[in-house]
This record gives sequence, structure tokens and C-alpha cells, in this order.
Amino acid sequence: MTWVLRGLRWVRWYTRELTDESAYDRYVAHKRKTHPGASVPSRREFERMRTDQQESDPRQGFRCC
Amino acid sequence: MRTANPRSIVIWSLVALVGASGWTVLALSRDEEVSAAWMVAAALGSYAIAYRFYSKFIVNRVLKVDKNRATPAERLDNGIDFHPTDRRVLLGHHFAAIAGAGPLVGPVLAAQMGYLPGTIWIIVGVIFAGAVQDMVVLFFSTRRDGKSLGQMAREEIGPFGGAAALLAAFAIMIILLGVLALVIVNALADSPWGTFSIAMTIPIALFMGFYLRILRPGRVSEVSLIGIALLLLALVAGRWVAESSLAETFTLAPSTLVIWLVAYGFIASILPVWMLLAPRDYLSTFMKIGTILLLAIGVVVTLPTLKMDPVTDFASRGDGPVFAGSLFPFVFITIACGALSGFHALISSGTTPKMIQKETQVRMIGYGSMLMESSVAVMALVAASIIDPGLYFAMNAPAGVIGDNVQAASQAVAGFGYSISPEDLAQAAKNVEESSLLSRTGGAPTLAVGVSEIFSKVTGGSMKAFWYHFAIMFEALFILTALDAGTRVGRFMLQDMLGNVYKPFKRVSWKPGLIITSAVVTGLWGYFLWVGVHEPLGGINQLFPIFGISNQLLAAVALAVCTTLLVKSGRLKWAWITGIPLAWDATVTLTASWQKVFSSDPRVGFFKQRSVYQDAIDDGKILPPAKTMEDMRTVVTNSTVDGVLSAALALLIVIVIADAARICVKHIRNPRSSKLSEAEYVESKLTVPAGLIPTQEEKAELAAAKAKVSGDAKAPS
Repeated sequence: MTWVLRGLRWVRWYTRELTDESAYDRYVAHKRKTHPGASVPSRREFERMRTDQQESDPRQGFRCC
Repeated sequence: MRTANPRSIVIWSLVALVGASGWTVLALSRDEEVSAAWMVAAALGSYAIAYRFYSKFIVNRVLKVDKNRATPAERLDNGIDFHPTDRRVLLGHHFAAIAGAGPLVGPVLAAQMGYLPGTIWIIVGVIFAGAVQDMVVLFFSTRRDGKSLGQMAREEIGPFGGAAALLAAFAIMIILLGVLALVIVNALADSPWGTFSIAMTIPIALFMGFYLRILRPGRVSEVSLIGIALLLLALVAGRWVAESSLAETFTLAPSTLVIWLVAYGFIASILPVWMLLAPRDYLSTFMKIGTILLLAIGVVVTLPTLKMDPVTDFASRGDGPVFAGSLFPFVFITIACGALSGFHALISSGTTPKMIQKETQVRMIGYGSMLMESSVAVMALVAASIIDPGLYFAMNAPAGVIGDNVQAASQAVAGFGYSISPEDLAQAAKNVEESSLLSRTGGAPTLAVGVSEIFSKVTGGSMKAFWYHFAIMFEALFILTALDAGTRVGRFMLQDMLGNVYKPFKRVSWKPGLIITSAVVTGLWGYFLWVGVHEPLGGINQLFPIFGISNQLLAAVALAVCTTLLVKSGRLKWAWITGIPLAWDATVTLTASWQKVFSSDPRVGFFKQRSVYQDAIDDGKILPPAKTMEDMRTVVTNSTVDGVLSAALALLIVIVIADAARICVKHIRNPRSSKLSEAEYVESKLTVPAGLIPTQEEKAELAAAKAKVSGDAKAPS
């Protein structure tokens, strides 16, 4: 059973990474490491910031034909 | 001198044998039906050898990737767009970004020449041109902090070549969007099932958008699961709608669909990203990866028989109904994505370089992803070649040639040298629950028929209609996403250009500028869409070659930049790595443009076509397939626009190549005069494998690194 669980965990990890669902956790970890004292945005604020960024430069994340 | 171990010699000899036997059967079979298994064998065998030997040679000997040099992701890590991403994740990312409708449409259209020319070009093209381009662009952009192709062209070639490259990219974007929209219109016209299902993707995406924005920010996987469930429901519900009294509401004529699509494209592109674009993108990514996997499994499990001829007579005669012109050069521009696609250079030089962990991974991400896309193109070619050739031509010839009823179509197909009875044509449409399949040009419906054939072999014959509409929805989904995203990118370019004339345009948040530029971009591709739908000679027939030329033109820009960079970085000896693909691509594209402009065959040459129809108008005659004087005038206008466009595109390519050649010659004469804008060398602290599976040596390094820094073990292996 353990390999089934491991497989499922891997799929979960992969989808979270692929869809960038893990972006917030990654950002927080990065911020904590580089600026330990600084305040961290809430998830809501962070996700808004991310879409705003995509808005201002649509070439980010552009897909091909 | 290294010595290879006996085991790997045996393994690679076997791989070579599999590939070679695939090619032999494909090449030698005449007048008998061949299994698609041979095509799969030829493709996979060739890919494996190319990846193992050629790509390795390029990264080690030519690019000299350095695993000790930190990538922009490591140096500039900001936790957002620059961050070292696991190679397996990045492979998925990059693949999802490069593979779209392109590799599915081109091969289907090129199947009119038979399956052999397409197969050869897809496989040989990807190995020596397409995958090389993607990988080399990725490498050079990684060395330049993820600069875009346009920026690299400007910095390394010069402002003139750079401006030409930018203008070309804009023109290409417009034509791409027009042609993709045309593919959708041809698939959805008079199809209540398809139209309803696609229309439902808009409320589904809106719901997902609000969910992610307001209810549970960032929870992408759960909302995608809900979205996919709703999408499948919409697909099933499409059949109920088509059988109910609502059917009429969703039965739309092509010209009505054009208006809807243009309106959609405009509104979607001025709405905030989170509302429609982002959620739709999640849906289409999941659908894309899922369907491609399913298709791969379906092809391998059923191993269908190819019914199309290996090479049809149209290849040499050049009078094919799908697109005019002979095998050379038109197969090579019709199949772009899957063999060599300039568009990929925009992905390889934008997002991906900011995420790659190691230079050594460019091989797996750049070359590997492109091989994967190529295999998608091979599957599309399989899907188009397993359906009855008679049906294929009835679906892909313009309405003006084929007529509007099954009897006329059957006769027209007989005129092409194939046969299908009117009953069979009617039955084929009935099988997928469409009113008609005649002249469903653009590739998507043909692919959908092929896919439904393959999938229903696995799931039983009764599911044919479901799978047909599943495939249509899957393509329409990412074409609609492309319309939205592409309009935004086009707008961004336009804002940038207009910003030089009137400052406020540069501020992307300036609302009037946003609306004006959005309207201009949508208007431009809307024009081509409108023209395509009303073209008496067939929109795909006329426009697809221009689309192919423009895409290959972008590839020429990318390859010219790569070649210049190889020369400037002291790799003159290896400049042929991208130089030969560039020469080939330029030959193909320029020959195609030349023929499109100057050919004396009115089916091929736009200006000849123009004069033939103009002369007829002057004489007061109406030439078929035009039916009225109005049609005649439409042909004259369209062929003028198309001809001028082909000439302009060809001119741009010549400018870029000439400018690149000038820089190369200058460098060779005086190497010290040119400067290279490479980012500084910083030593990398990351220890990660280069390929999918770590080698023994890499495993030891990983273990050593782990022992050194215990803790911080986040990513499971």
C-alpha cells in the first residue's frame, strides 16, 4: 500500500506544482528565507498580485498555437 | 577515446532496428494497407536515437552547457516568476505551453499529399530543425536572464533586424488568430451540440474565476476538478440540447459565429485576467494533457490501419483541394508545429528560461518537449489517415468545389480519384450526430472523426458521437484561450509600438488605450476571419498557406538569431547546427512566398488569381466556384490582400536574414568589434540531475549534497 500512497502523493505534488497552486507556499518560503523579519501578504493578496502581474505583461504564461 | 559498454550497444542497435523497420515498411508499401504501428515505430525509434546522440552532441560539444553555472532562476530567484523549478514540472509546463491546436491541424491538412511526406517532414524536421531551434533558443535566453526573442534580435543583430522581427511577430499573431478562429467556425457551424458545449465553457470559466478570486484563492486543483466535471456535463448536455427544441437557438450560420467570436475575443481581452483567461487556461491545460495521453494510448492499443495513400497524386500535380501547390514547398509550411515552429521560440525565450534549474536541463526541456509535440503531430496524422480518403476529401475540400449535398460531393470526390457513396457520406455525418460533414475544412473536424474512430474502438461503437464532440470541444477550448491570450499579446505589442508615438499608450493600465488597441487587434484578426468565412475559394485553402509562411518566417528569425549567436560566441565551426535548418527554412518559406506571389497557376499565385478573376469581371463573366458578381469581386479583393501580405512577409524574412548575415560577416572579419550581451558567470550551488532519470554519477552527487545540507527536503523524489 505504501507505494500507492507514495504515488498519489507524487501526483498531488506534481499537479500542485504544474498548476502553480504551490506558488503561494513557495513565495512565503522564499520571503521567510531572504527577509526573515518582513511581513508576508495573505494568500488572497498574493494571488491578486499574481494576476495583476499577468495583466500588465500578457507575454508571461503565453501559450502557443 | 571512450568505449561504450556492450549492453548499451545492444540496446541502441535494437532501437535503431525498430526505427529502421518502421521506415522501411512505410517507404516500401504500395497498394496495401499499412498498420499505424509502423509509423509509431519509425517515430519513436528516430526520436530515441536523435535524443540520445544528436541532442547530447549539441549540448556537450556545441553549446557546452555548464552545470556549474547558475541559471537566472537560481541567481534572480524572487519566488514568483524567477524560481528554480523541478525539471519534471518544467517539462510539463513547457510542453503545455508549446503544444496547442497547431500540431493537430497542420498534419491533418497535409494528409492530402498522403501520409508519407508528412511523416518524413514531422520526424526529420523535428530532429534537425524544430527541437534544435527550441533548445538553442532556450539555452541562449537562459544565458541572457530570460530575454525574449525580440530583445535578443535587437541586441545581437541590431535595431533594423530587431524591428523587422517585431513587426513579423505582430503580423504572425494576427494571421494565426484569424486562422485559428476560422478552424473553430468551420467546426461549430450548424452544429448545435458543439456550439452549446463550447458556449457553456464561458459560464464554467467565469464560475471558476470567481471561485479562485473570492471563495478560495489559489486552490487551482480543486476548482479544475469541478471545472472538468462541469465541462463533461456540458458535453453530454450538448446532445440533449441538439435533440430538444433549443437546437435551433444553437444552430448558427458561419457568419453569425464570426460575429460572436469577434465579440467574444474583444470582451474577453479587456476583462481582467482572473475572470476568464486564467481559469480557461487551467481547463485547457488539463484537457490537453489528458486527451493527448488518451490519444497516445488509443493509437498504441488499437493500432489502426492507414487508409490514405502513402503519396497521393496531388503531391506532384499541385492541384489538391485542401490547399493548392505541390509537395515542395507546401508540405513544409503546412506542417509547422510538430516539425518546426517559430512560435516556440517565444516560449523558449520568455517563461521557461526563468524557471530552469540547470543549463544541462535545456536538452530535456527544449529538445525533449519538442519531440513530445512532434509525436502529437504524428498522432494527428495517424487520425487523419485512418479515415476513408473519400470522406477525408469530402470534409476538407471547399464548398465551392464539393457542392452542398452528398450526391454532388460523392461525384466531386470521384473526380479527385477517390470514391465514397452518398449513403456513406450521410452515414458518416449521422454517426457523429452532425447534419453534414461536407466541407468541414480546417482540420479540427477531420481530426475529431479520426479520434472518434480510435476511441470508439476502445469504448464501443455507440460512443462515436460523444468522442467526436469531445475532440471538437478539446480543440475549441484551447483555440478560444489562444484568441484571448493572443489578442492580449498582440495588444501589448501594439501598445508598445504606439507608445513611441503617443506616450500614454505605453501605460498598459490606461483604459482608452487598452480599448482602442484591443479593438484594433480583434478587428484585424476578425477581418481575416470574416474573409475566410466568405471566401468563395475556401478560407482555409487561401489563408492556411499564409499562416504557414508566417509561422516559418518566425522560425527563420529565431534560427537567424541562434546562428548569429553561435558565430558571435566563437562557435563558427558549429554554426551549421542552426545554419542548415535556417537555410532549409528560408528556402521553403521564400519558395512558397514566391509561388504565392508570382506563380502563373491561378490556384497557387494570388496575383494571377486576381487577374484571372478581374479579366472575367471585365468581360462580365462569372467563374466557378464564384456564383455571383459579388463573389467575383470578393475573390479579387482577397487575392490582392493575400498577395501583398505574402510579399510583405517574404520581404521581412529577407531583411532579418540579411541583417543577421551582415553581423556574422562583421564578426568573422573582426571578432573584437562585436559584443555579446551574456549575463555574468556565477557559480551554481544547486545539485540537480540533468535528465528525467538521474545517472549513477548524479545520484552520488545528490546523496553527497543531501548529506552536506540535511534538512530542507521539500520535494519528494
